[in-house]
Amino acid sequence: MEQSIFILILPLLSFLVLALAGKKMPHKLAGTIGTLSLAATAILACATAAEYFAAGRNGAAQFTDIMPYNIAWLPLNDTLSIDMGILLSPISAMMLIVITVISLMVHIYSLGYMKGERGFQRYYAFLSLFTFSMLGLVVATNIFQMYIFWELVGVSSYLLIGFYYTKPAAIAASKKAFIVTRFADLFFLIGILIYGYYTGTFSFTPTETAIAAAGTVLPTALMLMFIGGAGKSAMFPLHIWLPDAMEGPTPVSALIHAATMVVAGVYLVARMFPLFVVHAPEVLHAIAYIGAFTALYAAVVACVQTDIKRVLAFSTISQIAFMMVALGVCTSTDPHEGGLGYMASMFHLFTHAMFKGLLFLGAGAIIHAVHSNEKNHMGGLRKYMPITHITFLIACLAIAGIPPFSGFFSKDEIITACYGFSTPMGLFMSGVAAMTAFYMFRLYYLIFWGKSHYAEQVELYKAGKIVEEPHKPHEAPAAMTIPLVFLAAVTCVAGFIPFGEFVSSNGEAYTIHLDSTIAINSTLLAIGGILLATVMYATGNSRITRVVNVVMHEPIKAAYHRFYLDEVWLFITKKVIFNCISRPIAWFDRNVVDASLDLMARAAQRLGTLVRPLQSGNIQTYCIYFLSGALAIMLVLLYIY
Amino acid sequence: MNMLILFIIIPIVMLPALWACRKEAQVRAVMVTGSTLLLLLSAWLTVDFISCRNAGNNDIMLYTASWPWYEKLNIALSVGVDGISVAMLLLTSVIVFTGVFASWRIRPMAKEFFLWYTLLSVGVYGFFVSTDLFTMFMFYETALIPMYLLIGVWGSGKKEYSAMKLTLMLMGGSAFLLMGILGIYFGSGATTMNIHEIAAMNNIPTATQYIFFPLTFIGFGVLGALFPFHTWSPDGHASAPTSVSMLHAGVLMKLGGYGCFRIAMYLMPQAASDLAWIFIILTTISVVYGALSAISQTDLKYINAYSSVSHCGLVLFAILMMTKTACTGAILQMLSHGLMTALFFAIIGMIYGRTHTRDIKQMRGLMKIMPFLAVGYVIAGLANLGLPGFSGFVAEMTVFAGAFEVNDTFHRTVTIIACTSIVITAVYILRVVGRILYGEPENEEHKKLSDATWDERFTIICLVICVAAIGIAPMWVSSLIADGTGNVLANMFP
Repeated sequence: MEQSIFILILPLLSFLVLALAGKKMPHKLAGTIGTLSLAATAILACATAAEYFAAGRNGAAQFTDIMPYNIAWLPLNDTLSIDMGILLSPISAMMLIVITVISLMVHIYSLGYMKGERGFQRYYAFLSLFTFSMLGLVVATNIFQMYIFWELVGVSSYLLIGFYYTKPAAIAASKKAFIVTRFADLFFLIGILIYGYYTGTFSFTPTETAIAAAGTVLPTALMLMFIGGAGKSAMFPLHIWLPDAMEGPTPVSALIHAATMVVAGVYLVARMFPLFVVHAPEVLHAIAYIGAFTALYAAVVACVQTDIKRVLAFSTISQIAFMMVALGVCTSTDPHEGGLGYMASMFHLFTHAMFKGLLFLGAGAIIHAVHSNEKNHMGGLRKYMPITHITFLIACLAIAGIPPFSGFFSKDEIITACYGFSTPMGLFMSGVAAMTAFYMFRLYYLIFWGKSHYAEQVELYKAGKIVEEPHKPHEAPAAMTIPLVFLAAVTCVAGFIPFGEFVSSNGEAYTIHLDSTIAINSTLLAIGGILLATVMYATGNSRITRVVNVVMHEPIKAAYHRFYLDEVWLFITKKVIFNCISRPIAWFDRNVVDASLDLMARAAQRLGTLVRPLQSGNIQTYCIYFLSGALAIMLVLLYIY
Repeated sequence: MNMLILFIIIPIVMLPALWACRKEAQVRAVMVTGSTLLLLLSAWLTVDFISCRNAGNNDIMLYTASWPWYEKLNIALSVGVDGISVAMLLLTSVIVFTGVFASWRIRPMAKEFFLWYTLLSVGVYGFFVSTDLFTMFMFYETALIPMYLLIGVWGSGKKEYSAMKLTLMLMGGSAFLLMGILGIYFGSGATTMNIHEIAAMNNIPTATQYIFFPLTFIGFGVLGALFPFHTWSPDGHASAPTSVSMLHAGVLMKLGGYGCFRIAMYLMPQAASDLAWIFIILTTISVVYGALSAISQTDLKYINAYSSVSHCGLVLFAILMMTKTACTGAILQMLSHGLMTALFFAIIGMIYGRTHTRDIKQMRGLMKIMPFLAVGYVIAGLANLGLPGFSGFVAEMTVFAGAFEVNDTFHRTVTIIACTSIVITAVYILRVVGRILYGEPENEEHKKLSDATWDERFTIICLVICVAAIGIAPMWVSSLIADGTGNVLANMFP
């Protein structure tokens, strides 16, 4: 598996070439370099994963970790050092496939989507940088290497969100994304430092003695690390950056903010899973509750958003929360006995990456066609964009959990795992899953059914009410539809992959079997959600929708504003930190610390001015001083003797 | 011939050569030749030093030599280097070299400017190579005086006030320092001024240490921007011309950290470990306070000056942790901050030279107008906020990991407080980047401005390469430094 090093080198090289020489390149060449290098990376990654899955089992038929490379990058002290290398395990091999496939699709798609855009070469350079960092993150051999690449994906995300750097909203969103995740990373770093200090290693699998040495501190360290993961994976209340991050180009949202980077937190917990489940089960369950709440919150908010990318963003938050919950409800490492959630979570990560990538790329095609993100500018698009329509529908069915699409299988495993944990948790997550079906089909109907915005505009134009001739929506070019079709195909068949054979909580093969009661119930719930959405939105403005809007006016408004959480954060940062801490400190520095030094200087000057008249140069004054001085000394001497 | 003495001789020879120059081109030729020689010399010294170490030469100091010049007080020009000084010499050479290009078009009186500039570098080089208390002090003072003129004459804004303030505060620091040095000399029995001999004797009475350790530490701490003696830094940096800011923040402030470590702590270990907590509190304040102040500044140089307060605070903070990892991190941070901040000041100077303003409210959309400088600024910013792949990350992580090795509640608490600076730094860096580089250009005048010239590009590229080199392959420089810090700590606590 020596070739695995090239999985990292190729995207890095492509980044360097595009960043240094890109400016002088024609767009086509830059796009070709980026896409071809990524295609090569994808082939290598799939080959490596295949080789690993073919040969990775040990004598006990379990998959074990293989480390083809590991060097000491920065020795810290006698025991600790930051290593860099490549670690192959079932989940990292799976992630290699996910990342390179989605990234390749996004590269191809962007050839069409970003065509003629200013900064095209820069865009491809950043995409390469992101892919490099994300691959480095998943193959990390230790937690510190993970942190290093974690920061790098953060900065690539910052650069890509702010790609349209002349747009104020994009600037603000990129800044927000970076700072919020950095804030979470602070906890991650402290967690790593505690972990490193007490266990004496940064490795994912410390020895039993090291764990014993860490003792009760280990859960704290793991909790702090999870906060870092919650920041990247947009768990409540650190999710606020993700919806804003949609200001970036849509393919970027598909790659970074739907399929790969945002699942880094889930990946982190999965990576440390053996430690979590054995030594910090209470932390793991806390993760489950946080995840469950986030899933509900995001689903509620997603039901009322009007910007289609925002709906998808909140649906992403909700789906990632599903993965977190699945990890959180695990109680042992045995997949047959409480460890099912691990497999379910990774399975959902895999299928979600595909169908959510597809949804975002479809949304990109729609936005490309109508030049707007708002639902009001859409409607009736199924006639104009048949391929996008069909692929989008497939993705919606998958995310809603309708068999035989991939989402059904993975979500079903998650819900089974939840029922295994406790019945309330199972019921709760089934409810959220039904909401998923509802809001996704609301979105679907608003985009593709109902009255066509274009047709309305044409009527208005003909009646002379608007001056500009409306722009007719059209199907996207081949560069964009090919990835859509490919991902749709994957979404159709991915559910039948015997995923448990490859990934399970203890590395043994696990055969997925559907629990028929749960499967039927969740399918019925999903169909219920879809039916409700059909009644409410399929024909445009139905009577029920109007009634609901009137009756639920206040809750809908609150949900539309995401329950005012952003305002709370803004208040804390702008009002409290900036106005109540930073400014007073700056003032204090100038007017107290510095002024006291100035005061000393002035006092010295003043003293000088006071003493100066003594040196008047006037001989008579000097005589008086001299005589009075002499007299005084004489008197003193007389008094003494 | 001792190699180290060349670090003093070359700049001294440059002085009359500059004096004799008549044309600007000649001045530049002398400066480029001299600084290139010094750069090559320090590179060669580094290679040679590492090979000596690999060959098994484990003396504390290599290339030692001593020429007595005032026998009565045992004052000698003694030189010698260990891993720490080698790293510092390398840093100085890079900054002096790039500083020449950054002030390529300095006007008026280029010759005089470079004369003082070279004299300043004599002081810095001399300080880093000498191992004699008094000689170090002398070179230290040599570095301070030219600063006054460089800022007062070639500066901008309230330059007279700033120059005076900076000089007076640093001179005040030297007054403490002189007392400290005399205290050490007489406390150790007045037999030698050589720091290694004093350290080997380790005979300064604890009561004496208690008096002179704070004096020496504060004396150097003023230069290392120790709270509350840091206020010269914002004014001084804001008024200084570009290359002087680079040299000052890049190298001169490092004299403070170096001195604290080499003299105050090394020679008075007892007081250092007993009184460290006071200074740990002060430096923790520096770290957070500097970063928070930077958030609400509007002048680019003030932002960077406060950021320097924060980063240099981290240097002193790490030194005081007194573990090998933390001290290595401190020296790494000096190196990294020196390079990053020089890069920052260079770019700010270049932007200021074009827009004639440093107020962030008056600039917008520079990315479109001067892409090279803007990209340079983003890189400097990312390096400053500790992005992996640049030197800042390596230094900060070493510092934090080292600070975590001290296992008690007090040290844990201050370490976690200091860690928060990584978030605050991100805030002030991204605020500026978003404000001045992004967006559409608003000022019509600014739209006519040009991008970087060749000499400016050269400066930026050199510094970026150095910052990235340390960030990508830190093991070399880290082990070079760890060699020095290990010896110092082993001597302090045998």
